Amino acid sequence: MKQYVIIGNGIAAAGCIEGIRSVDADSQIIVVSEEKHPVYCRPLISYYLEGKTDLERMKYRSNDCYEKMNCDVIYGRKAVKLDKDEKSVVLDDGTSIPYNAVCVAAGSSPFVPPFAGIDTVKKKFSFMTIDDTLALESAINKKSKVLIIGAGLIGLNCAEGLKDRVADITVCDLADRVLSSILDNECAKLMQDRIEENGISFMLSDSVERFDGNTAYMKSGKTVSFDVLVLAVGVRANTALVKDAEGSVNRGIIVNTKMQTSIKNVYAAGDCTEGHDITFGQKRVIAILPNAYMQGKCAGINMAGGKAVFDNAIPMNSIGFFGLHAMTAGTYYGEAEGGEMYEEKSKGTLKRMFTRNGLLTGYIMIGKTERAGIYTSLIREQTKLDTINFDLLKQVPTFSAFSSEERKKKFGGAL
Amino acid sequence: MKRVYVNEEWCLGCHLCEYNCAFANSGEIDMSKALKGKPVFPRVKIDGDEHINFAVSCRHCDDPICVKSCISGALSVNNGVIQIDHNKCVKCLTCILVCPYGAVSEGEHGIVQKCELCVENSCGEPACVKGCPNRAIVYEER
Repeated sequence: MKQYVIIGNGIAAAGCIEGIRSVDADSQIIVVSEEKHPVYCRPLISYYLEGKTDLERMKYRSNDCYEKMNCDVIYGRKAVKLDKDEKSVVLDDGTSIPYNAVCVAAGSSPFVPPFAGIDTVKKKFSFMTIDDTLALESAINKKSKVLIIGAGLIGLNCAEGLKDRVADITVCDLADRVLSSILDNECAKLMQDRIEENGISFMLSDSVERFDGNTAYMKSGKTVSFDVLVLAVGVRANTALVKDAEGSVNRGIIVNTKMQTSIKNVYAAGDCTEGHDITFGQKRVIAILPNAYMQGKCAGINMAGGKAVFDNAIPMNSIGFFGLHAMTAGTYYGEAEGGEMYEEKSKGTLKRMFTRNGLLTGYIMIGKTERAGIYTSLIREQTKLDTINFDLLKQVPTFSAFSSEERKKKFGGAL
Repeated sequence: MKRVYVNEEWCLGCHLCEYNCAFANSGEIDMSKALKGKPVFPRVKIDGDEHINFAVSCRHCDDPICVKSCISGALSVNNGVIQIDHNKCVKCLTCILVCPYGAVSEGEHGIVQKCELCVENSCGEPACVKGCPNRAIVYEER
């Protein structure tokens, strides 16, 4: 009998548990959960505010999932030390839990820049967890004026979630466009227009110089008065446990394709890690839910002595705001970097396919996103575009663009 | 497990599979009442060009990326069949973002839909296969 410890209780942890149990039905699994909730769907917190889901439906797995998986969960405790010599995890109450293998699935934490006067703001919130969300919900009413710092995924999701529940929302960002990590200028403008049409105001290329109570003084000289502040500037991977144990850490915990860290018997998965992005050709933090699950499952299988690799991670997102949907994947190389772009535009839709060295490296599709997964799969599988009819495929996501043999494999074989 | 497999050389491109699918999942007992004059949202779709046609539906992958990517826990595998829980689905469309077969789609009112091999409707076995006039799709073990 072995003992596996999982630090964290999010999606990567769920993947890890399911990975371990696919190989080892009996050994002990102990999950250390700082949050006092069973695993839930973190990206749904904005849908919760919008009334499109509730706390019960937000549960990622069934109520008896830990029992079924024969796991013990320690709620409300934080792992503070990874003792690699003793092979144990030390909790904040001093408890020490020995492990044969451990998975660090500690997630990320909101990053709050040291704004001047931030301490004078009474109602300020992050937007990462259920507890953040419930606290924010209890602070708002129909008359609230909300200022959101950050026009990324977290900030904009929060804005849409709050839209019908407050009087006024302003979103500011240092960047000159919304969703700057996943959209280029023109695409960002399309999304921004849709969000603005729905009554949300933006202050882009601007940031807060100082706060004084319920007023934000901006660098541009403008002022914003608000009742509730949401800080969605960015997140930082929780790397401290591995870093303090002298494991390799960059912006995230460094893992190989088996999700091993540089420390023996220590694995890591999810938003706290930095994995290899095949479209970027380098390691980077890919803080998306599918990645967390797939890394977690891979880690779990390997921890339990099975064999798994996860070697085709890419950034990818499916997001919609006020009925306008966008899907993005991969890396968008410009001409200067040897990339080429194919573009289709019509009113309300935009499609951009980015190719380089005979491969599809990324795409942005707005307004019309049917069958986008066919493109995602070309990126993940690094399909050589000269083996298919990409001139057709880039226009229409159809399997006519593949050879008959390839189609036989896809639709005639067991998968 | 039994799956729907495609014999593309036999497909006539008649789209009957699409109509049978939409009917089987409509909950109606009368086909014309279910489909006549209405937009249909089949879970199997004819793909192809002027030379060749083939029906595309969920492959029920052994290691399904849609399930692993689902942000709401709405997709799950039950006895090998990939099913969607509409009560949990928030229509984020991440499954459409990742399905390599383009086999998940938005149905009526933006509901996310996919082939569930007719296990949830009264047909009991894939209606698309049952109604195919040329055995261009079959339901069998391979």
